[in-house]
Amino acid sequence: MKFTLKIWRQKDSKSKGKFETYQIDNIPSDASFLEMLDILNDELVRKGEEPVAFDHDCREGICGMCSLHINGRAHGPDEDVTTCQLFMRKFKDGDTIWVEPWRAKGFPVIKDLIVDRSAFDKILQAGGYISVNTGNAPDANNIPIPKDDADVAMDAATCIGCGACVATCKNSSAMLFVAAKVSHLAHLPQGRIEAKRRVKAMIDKMEELGFGSCTNTGSCEVECPKNISITHIAKLNREFLKANLDV
Amino acid sequence: MVRFIAKTTVGQKFWMSITGLFLIIFLAVHLTANLMIVFDDTGELYNEVVHFMGTNPIIRIMEPVLALGFIIHIILATILTLRNQGMRPVNYHVHKLGHTSSWASRNMFILGLTILAFLTLHIINFWVKLKFGGVGTVTIDGVEMEDGYTMVATLFSMPVYSIIYVIAVLGLAYHISHGFWSAFQTIGWSNEKWRRILTGCAYCYAVIIAVGFSIIPIYFLIK
Repeated sequence: MKFTLKIWRQKDSKSKGKFETYQIDNIPSDASFLEMLDILNDELVRKGEEPVAFDHDCREGICGMCSLHINGRAHGPDEDVTTCQLFMRKFKDGDTIWVEPWRAKGFPVIKDLIVDRSAFDKILQAGGYISVNTGNAPDANNIPIPKDDADVAMDAATCIGCGACVATCKNSSAMLFVAAKVSHLAHLPQGRIEAKRRVKAMIDKMEELGFGSCTNTGSCEVECPKNISITHIAKLNREFLKANLDV
Repeated sequence: MVRFIAKTTVGQKFWMSITGLFLIIFLAVHLTANLMIVFDDTGELYNEVVHFMGTNPIIRIMEPVLALGFIIHIILATILTLRNQGMRPVNYHVHKLGHTSSWASRNMFILGLTILAFLTLHIINFWVKLKFGGVGTVTIDGVEMEDGYTMVATLFSMPVYSIIYVIAVLGLAYHISHGFWSAFQTIGWSNEKWRRILTGCAYCYAVIIAVGFSIIPIYFLIK
C-alpha cells in the first residue's frame, strides 16, 4: 500500500513544530500503524535524516504509550484499539494520513509525536492507591465482594492511562481517567477507607495540572481503547459530592 | 462547601446542573401557562392566567429566585467555558468529533448565548411591558387586569417576530436535549440503566418544548 504522511515534527519541547510530508510505498496491509512508522524511520535513517520520534512499549495494546492522533481521531480510525493494534488495512491505498501528538495543556510535546503524560502519574500519586500492610499475599476471597461490584470495579480498572480521553475531549478534560481510578477503588471495600480523601485530592491535582472540565459530550468513552463508560464519571461526581457534604 | 463551589470545576458544574434543572422545571410551568392561549379564542382564559401569575404570592416570590437561577447558570457557564478554552494551547490540524459526540453537547455555550439573546428580547417585549405599563387593560368578572392576550396577538402578527421566536425555541430544545441528562450525570445520578432512561427523557422533553412553544406562533398564523 502507498500513503502520503503528514507528520508533526518538533525538535524539542521549546521549538516550534511543523508538519512534514513523507511519501511511503510497499506497506503491507497487515502492518500495524507503528510498524508502518518503523518502515518510514528505517528509510529516513538510510537517507541520513532524523527519524520520527514516537512512543511505544508493549505493542500488545495494553501499555498506552502511543500518543498518536491520526486523521483527527485518538489512536486513529479503528474502534477500541491503541495504535499498535491499528492496521494499515483500515486505510485506503493512496490515502493522506495526518499524524499529530496529543494536544493538551496537561500533555506538553517533548519531541515529534511524544508527549509528557506524567501529569497522570501525579494525579495517581495524589490518591490513586490504597494503604495496606505489606507481607504475604492475602488468601483469595478473604474479603467478600458482590459480583456486580467486582465487575464494575474491574471494568474501571482496565484503564491503561493512555490519555486518549484527554486527547479527544474538546475541553482536554481528564475526567474519564480520574473517574476510572476513583470508581475502581470506590466499588471495593479496600478502597472505601480513603475514599473521601482520595476523590478530593485527585480532583484538586487534576485541576492544578491544567485539564479542562467535563461537559459530558461522551467523546472520551468512544475513543477509549478499553471502552470505559462515562457512567464512571457520574460515580466520580457522586463520590466528590459525598466527600464534600461529608456523608 | 464554600471551597467546593468556589475552587473546583466539578463543584461549579454541580451548581450549573442544579440551576439548569430548576430552569427546566420553570419552562414546564411557563409552557403550561402559555398553552392556555390556544384554548380560548376570546383571550379571557389567558388573561386570567396572566393576572394569576402577576398576583399570586408564590409566583411573586419565585420571580427573583428564577432571575438568580438564570444569573448563576450564565456566570458559571462563562467561567467554565473560558477556562476550558485555554486547555488546548495548540489545536489539532484535524479533529473529528462529529461521530463521537452530539452537536448540541459540543455547542452548549453557543446555544446558551442564543437563548440569552432571545431572553433579552423576550423580557423587553413581555415582562417589561407587563411590569411597567404599555399594555391595555381589560375587565373580566369585574376585575380589571392587563390585556396580555392582545399584547401576544400583536407581537405574533409580525412574521419576523414569529420566525425569531421559533428559531430561539429550537435552540432552547437543542440545549435541553443535552442539558437535561447532562445535569443528572453531573450531580452523580446516573448509571448504565439510568443513563438510557435520562437521555430518552431529555429528547422527549426537548421535543415537548420545541413543539409546545412553537404551537403559539403557528396558532396565531392560522387563526
